[in-house]
Amino acid sequence: MGRDNGIVVEGLVREFKKGPRAVDGIDLTVAPGEIYGFLGPNGAGKSTTVHMLTTLLPPTAGTARVAGHDIIDEGPSVRDQIGVALQEAALGQFLTAREHMRLQAGMHGLTKADALRRGDELIARVGLTEAADRKVGGYSGGMRRRLDLALALVHEPSILFLDEPTTGLDVQSRTALWDEVQRLASSNGVTVFLTTQYLEEADALADRVGIIDSGKIVAEGTPDSLKAEIGRPTVEAAPADESDRDRMRAVLNRFGSEEPAGPGGVAVRLDEGTGELAAVVRALDAEEIEVANLEIHAPTLDDVFLAKTGRRLEGAGEEADTGEHEVAA
Amino acid sequence: MSAGAATVRAPAAVRGERSSALTQVGYLARRSVTRTLRQPIMFVPSLAFPLFLLAVNASGLSAATNLPGFPTDSYLSFALGLTFMQGALFATMGAGQSIAQDIQHGFFDRLQLTPLRSNALIAGQLAGATVQGVFQAVTYLIVALAFGAHLEAGPAGALVLFALSAVVGVAFGSIGLAIGLRTGNGEAVQGAFPLLFVLLFLSSGALPRDLIANDWFQTIATINPVSYVIEGFRSLFITGWDGEALALAFGVSVGILVLGMWAATAALRTRMERT
Repeated sequence: MGRDNGIVVEGLVREFKKGPRAVDGIDLTVAPGEIYGFLGPNGAGKSTTVHMLTTLLPPTAGTARVAGHDIIDEGPSVRDQIGVALQEAALGQFLTAREHMRLQAGMHGLTKADALRRGDELIARVGLTEAADRKVGGYSGGMRRRLDLALALVHEPSILFLDEPTTGLDVQSRTALWDEVQRLASSNGVTVFLTTQYLEEADALADRVGIIDSGKIVAEGTPDSLKAEIGRPTVEAAPADESDRDRMRAVLNRFGSEEPAGPGGVAVRLDEGTGELAAVVRALDAEEIEVANLEIHAPTLDDVFLAKTGRRLEGAGEEADTGEHEVAA
Repeated sequence: MSAGAATVRAPAAVRGERSSALTQVGYLARRSVTRTLRQPIMFVPSLAFPLFLLAVNASGLSAATNLPGFPTDSYLSFALGLTFMQGALFATMGAGQSIAQDIQHGFFDRLQLTPLRSNALIAGQLAGATVQGVFQAVTYLIVALAFGAHLEAGPAGALVLFALSAVVGVAFGSIGLAIGLRTGNGEAVQGAFPLLFVLLFLSSGALPRDLIANDWFQTIATINPVSYVIEGFRSLFITGWDGEALALAFGVSVGILVLGMWAATAALRTRMERT
């Protein structure tokens, strides 16, 4: 095709008048047709980045090319190529899905006939045909997000920006949206730039992940390569007899550093990786500790985040502290 | 289309020519009207409140017609000027709150991401306010006539009445729009409303200017542009065709419109940061 629907970001900065640098010098590249997951906690600078890349907010410094167009000098050309679903699905309670579609298509210059056809097609695609003539005020969160996605696709964009598309959705709605996004990338060759604060989302959906914290990218790569970089899995075990817990801890501590564990359990990050598992089992057996449960956890993106920032992504430091406290008690 | 086939359809296949400003105004005006009609809270108060105040004034202040020099013996007909002006002020708040809500709820960003023309946004919102203004004017007139008011200028006067309502609605609507765009906050627009409402009470809305006994009140009512708009409306009811009153009413309204549009355009330029 030779169409340039990638994203190249160089030294992007955004300062707000009375705040810190919301985005503090970001470089990244998204290949055409790739799903790029921008992962970070609230306030990390994800939305500000999206606002700049979608031309809604001029950067303080740096630049970016989206679909081959400069976001500062070629705003209208960028907007022609991108579809955007921002964090708050901005829908009018009083309009139906079909009316939203007609307005959006009309603003993009589709003829009435095209607008109607395209609208019905997209509404069907996101599974809202039956609700198409109902006012959006009665829609569930998942339905709104799906309509928002459909609206972003009206003008057949080659790049899609989704700002926290599944925040607040139940598991089912979330999975449905993931499927749709995946389908757009794989069958239509659409490039997707997606922000999320959910590890599973970045893991399940993104070809590549950039982890952002305090306006800076702290890690970037495929989910697998990022986890492999952290490398070592965690083993978590629970004794059959509660009173054996301290002895179990002593054994496990020989194999790695202690990590937060579930109730009644002990966990360590293995110094030498999965290969040590057999040795762990043998050691527990030698100490005659009866094991009720033994699990090995591969590293998660949360572990990556922890390694890069010293904090947990989900629930921040507090939760981890409580966990460790429980273990120590 | 098989999965994995990396094909991006050329947008031109679906996208028509870039929509004209007029087309965009049409879409935005339609949305503005639909939104108003489907939310009775947005138009019932602006219909009911001026009529309620009219009923109170017409029965409570009817003795004013006995004042020497009072221009009519029907206070109802006299008081209607204030009613139409009030309706326009409600349109101000409506236009301002609508745009503020759009900014707060992200709809403004959604529009900014389309090939939206900024003048189309202003015109679209104001077109909605105009439709509402005229609808209100028609309702006021029907109710007033049903309760015995007299329109001296006749059927053609009714058309001028609606035209003036439309111009006044757009003029004050543009001020509301400017406040809404500047603050981006519905409550701020609501907060500004009483300030505009004061203009109503410091005008010749309740008494002809030459019968206002209090000097400072008379001075303020004479400076207050709202007085001239009210007197324009009023002239159609009690005088018939008064060229001077109408010219002043339209002139003042157009003046306010120019001012409001300037403020709204400036506010929009600041608000629209897109590159």
